[in-house]
Formats: sequence, structure tokens, C-alpha cells
Amino acid sequence: MGLCFDLTDEQEAIRQTCGEFADQVVAPRAAEFDRNQEFPYSVVAQMGELGLFGLPYPTAVGGAGADFVSYLLALEEISRADAALGITLEAGVSLGIAPIFHFGSEQQRERYLPELCSGRGLWAFGLTEPEAGSDAAGTATKAVREGGEYVIDGTKSFITNAGTEISRGVTITAVTGNSGGRPQISAIMVEKGTPGYRQAPPYRKLGWHASDTRELSFDSCRVPIANLVGREGGGFGQFLKVLEGGRIAIAALSVGVAQACLDASLGYSQRRRQFGRTLSRFQATQMKLADMATQIELSRLMVWRAGLLVDQGQPAGRFAAMAKLQASETATWCANQAVQIHGGAGFMEDLPVARYYRDVKINEIGEGTSEIQRLVIASHLLGFKGSVSSLLEGPGTA
Amino acid sequence: MRIAVFVKQVPDPSGAGRLDPATNLLVREGVEVVLDPGDAYGIEAALQLAEASQGEVVVISMGGERALEVVRKAMAMGAGSGLHVFDQRLGGSDALATARVLAAAVSRVAPDLVVAGTESTDGYTGTVPAAVAELLGWPSLTFAKHLELSGGTVRVQRQTPAGHDLVEADLPAVVTVTGGINEPRYPTLKGIMGAKSRPLEQLSIEDLGLDAAGLSPQQRVVAVAPAPQRQAGRVVEDDGSAARLIADYLAELKVI
Repeated sequence: MGLCFDLTDEQEAIRQTCGEFADQVVAPRAAEFDRNQEFPYSVVAQMGELGLFGLPYPTAVGGAGADFVSYLLALEEISRADAALGITLEAGVSLGIAPIFHFGSEQQRERYLPELCSGRGLWAFGLTEPEAGSDAAGTATKAVREGGEYVIDGTKSFITNAGTEISRGVTITAVTGNSGGRPQISAIMVEKGTPGYRQAPPYRKLGWHASDTRELSFDSCRVPIANLVGREGGGFGQFLKVLEGGRIAIAALSVGVAQACLDASLGYSQRRRQFGRTLSRFQATQMKLADMATQIELSRLMVWRAGLLVDQGQPAGRFAAMAKLQASETATWCANQAVQIHGGAGFMEDLPVARYYRDVKINEIGEGTSEIQRLVIASHLLGFKGSVSSLLEGPGTA
Repeated sequence: MRIAVFVKQVPDPSGAGRLDPATNLLVREGVEVVLDPGDAYGIEAALQLAEASQGEVVVISMGGERALEVVRKAMAMGAGSGLHVFDQRLGGSDALATARVLAAAVSRVAPDLVVAGTESTDGYTGTVPAAVAELLGWPSLTFAKHLELSGGTVRVQRQTPAGHDLVEADLPAVVTVTGGINEPRYPTLKGIMGAKSRPLEQLSIEDLGLDAAGLSPQQRVVAVAPAPQRQAGRVVEDDGSAARLIADYLAELKVI
């Protein structure tokens, strides 16, 4: 079949159910969780019961058996009500579960996936370090083999979902050796509570106040060799694959926040009166609303396009980067417009747009900055197949 | 234990409903439609009873093509199978015709108990469940704010202005439940994915063994008028006698 923008019955029902849940359960409490910088255990538990954490995974591992597009629809709806819960869900599904599901051994899948898919436990993913962010090849965390164990030393920054009461552990990337002068990076699972595993107090953040973000450190932290995910040295390829899905998910999250900005602006501009008419009667407002709606629609189509490629089992790297770039920059722009339309009221924490404005900027940074997305896109255009390091250093004519 | 539950797709009650000036009936085409909010309580009540007795829930709905969505929604909440009566000739049916169709559907399903909302949010006649019970010759228990089964009987707390009556009947029976009897669950996402693989029958008038001629509407809405504006309340200045005035007023209303 050729082009078709209709959702399936299941996708539509999932979007509707998640939308109702977002409006009735999440939205009324989002401001409170944000203000108190409080991880919303009760709502996360309800999200788990709904089946959100296992949504795109097969029923055999405890998932709901839906497709990737369904997950993106759910993420947009939850993030429309609360981006902090959106990132909790995204990090749980795309960063926590995905590496175990795609690359884990049978034992690892059986041990962890049922609990993680139910949402009763959360798993984190640790890639970024104080000295290695966009340049993941600069990873300094080391895992040295000693007998039947890895001894891990290093620090991971900005880790989501690692420090909650329901956090069970983290998959980290670490250097396990050298191959032809290049560090060999592997992914290794570390359960919370392992001696030598430490979590710092939560960061103080600009936004996403209700999500758990911490620095983790590993001090002679010993884990069994069986905690290796996939093969030794496979870490780099794994996280490129993980980030491909993650970027589309962050794009979906961004569309949710952007939509919330438009919805709030539509409502406010039709209530607020100045010069004897509502703001919506001024062309200055109408232009903003029209541009917001158009950019949001464009972003959503790119999210769906990239998500469909994932469901079809096709490479989605270029479209994932484009979707994230477009959607995250659109969301920041929409939040800016929304605050402007709200005027002074938009600067006050009494209305949700101030929260949207604080929450939105990170989407241009997390899981690859806008600059990295542009490099990824350029590397595809110039024949480097998505490899930013080859684009920057490798042989070629670019 | 097999429990049938009635569900209806209605124009979204949070939207502004429109009437067709020719028929004085609600416009159902081209508007947002949802599962009648009152039906969610019936579905939840049926699911709870079924879960307690390892029984099954069968969803029954009469409605247009899109009504399939609310049958699927109830199945995503946990009902095991569905029956959708869909027949173009049933458009604009009145309460009695609806009851005849639903009674025939119930006969086909042969449940031990039928659960329904107290009334629909669009038509508001509140007569269909009782009419179905009458047509089947089953007991009708209405306004249940609590519902339990034991052996072959159903026992309900029937809400009254003063509190509740305890009412009991032999099965099979028809029970209507009030809002607030429970907290309806959301459909689970796994349930949504699984709903399509469960049995769902779509039946016409003839499939139910009925004759279309006996189902034409016998009632007509002759006029619709806007509800009268609410009158301003009485304001009492408290010069020390307010308590007595309020008590007298409440006594006048027979509230105390």
C-alpha cells in the first residue's frame, strides 16, 4: 500500500486511552509534582498498570504487543500533560528496556523484562560522562576483567530513572579494551545495590522537575561477566541503535509539549481581552497560532514517518535525526510563542505555559544535541552513513 | 457465570449537542462520539462480578457502524466477547424498539445477569433496561449503588432519596447501576491489542429473529423547548433569625 496517514483501530484506541489518562490523571497533578520536585510514584504505578512501559514489546516478555508508532502516540499524549512524566516513560522504554530487549541474553531478558515492562521497576542507561557527551568515543569509564567479574571504575552524568525507589539498575557503557588503537566500548548491566555503585543526590534542573536525574559513580564496582550485554566491544553499535529509537521518542515527546503550548495559547487568546477584543482577533496572534499549528503538524508527520520505518524494520537513522531536530526546535519555538501570547501571565507559575517553557529546552540537548543531529544528517548526505566520527575524522572527500 | 453488559455510543456529552429540526432528535453524524460515561460503571461492575466468580462478560450494543468502537473499548477493559446489533433500519429507534432488539440479543447470549447504566446520557429515557427485563420476564432492579451475587440471587442496594433499599431477586435478572458504584478502570493497552482476537458478532434485525416491521418507532418528539432559566435564590439577611428561616425553608421542602 502507498502513502496512508490513517492510524489503525488499535493505534487510535491507544492514543485515545492515553489521551484520556493524560487529561484525567496526569494533567491535574503536573504542576504540583513540578513545584515539589517530586517523583510521582502513584502516577507512574498507574502508567505501569495501563501497560505503558511494555507498550512496544511483545506479550511474551510482558509487553502489550503494540508497535513502535503506538508507543510514539502514547508518548505524545503523556508529554502533552507532563513532559517530566514523558521523559520518565521514554527513558524507561527506549533507554532502559530497549538495550536488554534487543541485545540481552535469554537469561537477562527473562530476569529483567517482565518487571520492567510492568512498570514496577525502572532500568536506566548510562552513556554520558563528565568528559564524554556528544563525543561518546571519549568514554573514560573502565571495566577490567578479573576472573569471572568486571571491575568498573568511572562516573556517569545526567542519568534518568536511576535513583528512584523503584529503580533496579543501569546499563552503562565502559571501555573494556583496545582494538587497533581505538577504545573498545561494551555495555554492562549493574544492579542497584552492588557494592561500589553510588548515586549522587538529584541534580537541580531548569525543568523536568518531577523526573529523577542523577550522577552515578562506580568505585571498584564488581559485577559478573554475565552482566555484559551482547558481545564485548559491541557497546558502540548498540547505543547507536538505541539512540535511533530514543531520538524518535524524544521527537514525539517534543510534539506533545508543542501541542500543549498551542492548546494553551488557543484557550488563552480566546479568553483574554485587550482593546475591546480577544487576543485571538488580532492578526499578530493569529500568525503565531497558525505557524505553531503548521510546525507541529510537520513535526508529527516526521515522527510518524521515522516510527513507521522502525516498524518496517528499515534503517531510520537519518529520519530519526531529522524528526528530533525538527520537533525539538519546534517545541522550543512554540513554548516561546506561547509565553509571549500569555504576556505577563505566561511568566507566572500559576499557568502551565511557564512550566512548558522550562521543560522544553532539554529536548534540543538530550539524546543528541541539535548540532549532533545536523552532523548525523550531513553524514548521511555526504556518504558517511550516519557516522559522525567518520564525517569529522575519517578518510573521504567531504 | 455469564454477565451481559449494555453499552451505547453517544455524542460527546462535553460537546454542544445539536438537534435535527426535522425530527427533534439528536444529530449523531459528524460529531465526536464516545462511550456513554454512565456505561463505564456498568462495565466495571460486570467485570468485578465476573472476576470474583471466574465468569465472563459479554458486551451488547445497538448502534451505527461506529458503535463497534465502544464494544471494542469495553472488550479492551476486559470483556471476553461482544455483540453489536447494526442495522441501518434501526436508525432513529425509540426506547421500546431498542428494548425489543436488546432483549433478543440477551436471549441469544443467555446470560445469568444483565448490567446496564441507569439511563443513557443522550436520550435519558431511563426505560430501556426495565423494558428489556419486562420483555424477557426477568426481575428488574434499578439504581443499584452496590451489587453482589450469591448463589442464584442478586442483591442490590437501591439508591433512594432517604438512603437505600435492600432488594434481592433470583437470577437471571436485569440490574441498572448508578454512577459512583465503582471507579471504572481504563482499558489496558494490552487489552486494546488483544480485543481484536476475541469474538465479536455483528448482527442484523433478521439475524436476531426479529421482524423489521415490528420495530418502527411508535413515539415522536413533537417539540423541544429550552430548560427554563434558573430563578434567583432567596437572600436572607441574618438579623439573628436566619437559622430559623433556613430551618423553615428546609422543612417546607420536606428535606428535614
